[in-house]
Amino acid sequence: MANLSINFAGVRSPNPFWLASAPPSNSGLQVQKAFEAGWGGVVWKTIGAPVLNVSNRYGAWHYAGQRMLAINNVELISDRPLEINLREIAEAKRNWPDRAVVVSAMVESTPEAWADIVRRIEDTGADAIELNYGCPHGMSERGMGSAIGQVPEYCERITGWVKQASHIPIIVKLTPNITSIVSPARAAVAARADALSLINTVNSIVGVDLDTFEITPSIGGKGSHGGYAGPAVKPIALNMLSALGTDETVSAAGIPISAMGGISNWKDAAEFLLLGAGSLQVCTAVMHYGFRIIEDLCDGLSRWMDSKGFATVAEISGKSLPRLSSFKDLDLAFRAVARINDERCIKCNLCYVACNDTAHQCIDLVGNNGVSVQPHSYSVRENGKAQAVESRPQLRVREDDCVGCRLCFNVCPVENCIEMVELPARRPSTTWDELSKTRPAVTEDWDAMNQYREQQGIHIH
Amino acid sequence: MLQNARATATGEPLAELLPPLTDQEALVESNRCLFCYDAPCTHACPTHIDIPRFIKKISTDNVVGSAATILEANLLGATCARVCPVQELCEGACVLGAEHKPIMIGRLQRFATDHIAAHGIDIFRPGLPTGKTIAVIGAGPAGLSCAGELAKLGHRVTIFEKRQLAGGLSTYGIISLREPVPVSLAEVESVRRLGVEIRTGIGLGEDLQLPDLQDNYTAVFLAVGLGATPALGIPGEEHILDGLEYIEASKRNAAALRVGKHVAVIGAGNTAIDCATVARRLGAERATIVYRRTQKEMSAYRHEFEFAKGEGIEFRFLAQPTRVIATQTGVAGLECASVSLGPVDRSGRPAPSPVPDSAFLIPADQIVKAIGQEKWPWAGSLQLVTDRGFLKVDENLETSIPGVYAGGDSVRARGSCSTVMAVQDGKLAAAAIHRKLAQLQDKETAA
Repeated sequence: MANLSINFAGVRSPNPFWLASAPPSNSGLQVQKAFEAGWGGVVWKTIGAPVLNVSNRYGAWHYAGQRMLAINNVELISDRPLEINLREIAEAKRNWPDRAVVVSAMVESTPEAWADIVRRIEDTGADAIELNYGCPHGMSERGMGSAIGQVPEYCERITGWVKQASHIPIIVKLTPNITSIVSPARAAVAARADALSLINTVNSIVGVDLDTFEITPSIGGKGSHGGYAGPAVKPIALNMLSALGTDETVSAAGIPISAMGGISNWKDAAEFLLLGAGSLQVCTAVMHYGFRIIEDLCDGLSRWMDSKGFATVAEISGKSLPRLSSFKDLDLAFRAVARINDERCIKCNLCYVACNDTAHQCIDLVGNNGVSVQPHSYSVRENGKAQAVESRPQLRVREDDCVGCRLCFNVCPVENCIEMVELPARRPSTTWDELSKTRPAVTEDWDAMNQYREQQGIHIH
Repeated sequence: MLQNARATATGEPLAELLPPLTDQEALVESNRCLFCYDAPCTHACPTHIDIPRFIKKISTDNVVGSAATILEANLLGATCARVCPVQELCEGACVLGAEHKPIMIGRLQRFATDHIAAHGIDIFRPGLPTGKTIAVIGAGPAGLSCAGELAKLGHRVTIFEKRQLAGGLSTYGIISLREPVPVSLAEVESVRRLGVEIRTGIGLGEDLQLPDLQDNYTAVFLAVGLGATPALGIPGEEHILDGLEYIEASKRNAAALRVGKHVAVIGAGNTAIDCATVARRLGAERATIVYRRTQKEMSAYRHEFEFAKGEGIEFRFLAQPTRVIATQTGVAGLECASVSLGPVDRSGRPAPSPVPDSAFLIPADQIVKAIGQEKWPWAGSLQLVTDRGFLKVDENLETSIPGVYAGGDSVRARGSCSTVMAVQDGKLAAAAIHRKLAQLQDKETAA
């Protein structure tokens, strides 16, 4: 059995899964229940400045019958009295010494306010502090949350204050609502942060009510942009995580990253680890299904690690980062084409319509006699199951015309039906970067490009 | 009216078998549809309803648009949603059938068409008047479909129906378990609201003559269906009830229908199964289907056979009725001969021949025959050319008499009769008539 335990900037937990700073970690009762269920740690819902909440806080994006592919919220940081939170934090840590108890904090931007909250958190026995520079709604209007995260100078200054006041690890949580995630990360590194975490929620309006024309969710007739999270944001989070892992300054600091953004199952978790995460935070999936999902997160991850020969989580962390490349360094001669498995194909024709309407027109419908047929080519008098099924054409890729766009692979509803097959390259391997160095004209001028294509036998119609 | 149908669906023995899908069920099921392109379900549907389109509209909460999609291809979508043998048509062709479960297309269609009926929404309006008049004979599915389509194009249509109620088999011949009468009558009303005049109690060849119609109408569409159940030609036949009448009685007033303790039903088509089902549901202790061939040759659909077994209906194969045994108190049984199957006959099935001295008795106090219907009896006297007794039509559904069209069961010389085929005939005939009228109009204008 793989060892799931981690040591994250000195914070130990029996598995890499922490509840993210959010409603699931709002109280001692919830946190201790989560520990009972098996969670490795929690980041306590942000404490700090006094707030009042509104009702109708969460919107959600549902698609094609799937509930909550993403959640959107206008809930603020903890609205429970500070003293109660601090007491419950201390109690939870005392009762569960082997679990990670990290406390998220956000106060007004003065050194005194930050020093005060740091001292009070340290008094609870908590393992670390996460600085909430990410909350994109409400708190940002008061100069906190993403208002800090979006300005690297503020990020560095406040982190500096906190580092001066603190004796336990400081994790800086970044907002995705910024042009380059690297800038605030570098600022945090410059201020000697012990770790980073990302992503906080993405700015969003989740919908509009078609009967009342109100923003969803409606708070007394009005709505506000909120923070977007859940499965739908996962690719954005993966990208930002990898941007940190491949940035020289950030990676040179050697500090760990706690990653989150749509982690719903162990496969998501493994992907985040492969792109450099040192611990994993979960919120939306827990808000959807409860604390019990920790069982399969651990079980699935552990079995996958066993099957791949990983003994520890640390071995996985960042393993796929070397696979990340700039476009200019990709092999332009690499050739993949789509191939349809007739045995698996159910002839829904979704690949056909996708390819022909929106891609490169290289999938044909082939009749029983081997000749290409057009769709809808039966007469109005034909009908019945046998007719419809037996006369249904096969789907066939014209491999010579296939550019390997992979759209058909993506739309196919049947597992292992369409395969992207690597074919021998038709020309020597080269990259755009090499081309621009060896034959700059080709990369700058269409005539030279056309000549080059002719020479290389590249025919694009 | 649909609400009445639902009200009777509570506990009555012949109430509609399948409950309507709830909003939630419809949403989940519609989202399961893959939205195939050039979908096989649409190909398999005789009226070629754009099924993925109507299903996706349910999933986007555009249920009225969904019903419109259905009715554009098939004016009697509410009936077809209930009576179509979907296993042999759309659902049978569903790409999810092979490894999974086909989409419940019929029930989704019912969901959409019930929705507009319950909300009193009319999808179509009468077209701008063209001044052309058309007579339609028969208010069954073919007649209603043709009349409705023509009315949408602005033609003035009069339907002549020999029965007291319109709807044809949907009103009189489909057991309520599958389609309650109010569903059929609601469709009739929707056709009436398109401006179609429906005159009932008038039969062609009896109260109405074809030449008169030809004089008074620009075109005629014959949707006359089939004739009576043929005679078996066995002693005591006068004691045998007609299957279609048996079903009709069960639809009109099930409580008043006298059902035997042991009912023997002669024949093994879908109507025979319907008769036996009615008998069982209305209290018969035993219902036995008596058929001279075997299960393999039955004309009932496979799923109907399975359904019948679930209803506790018994089957007596290789049995040829020879005599009704009746006493003064009534029917006592059906005497049969055992049958052996010989070489394939003209019907394409093995010819049955009675085994000598093999007589046996099926005890029964009620005997019903459901052995198909005779051809429409008036073709000859109207000088219409026939094909094996069916009205002969060309690809435009025009009969041997120009301007006289026909469709539905009366022309079904090949393939099996069904409501949905009749609807398609009506639709295609309407299009052909409309084309012809446009040509006539062009000629008149040119002259």
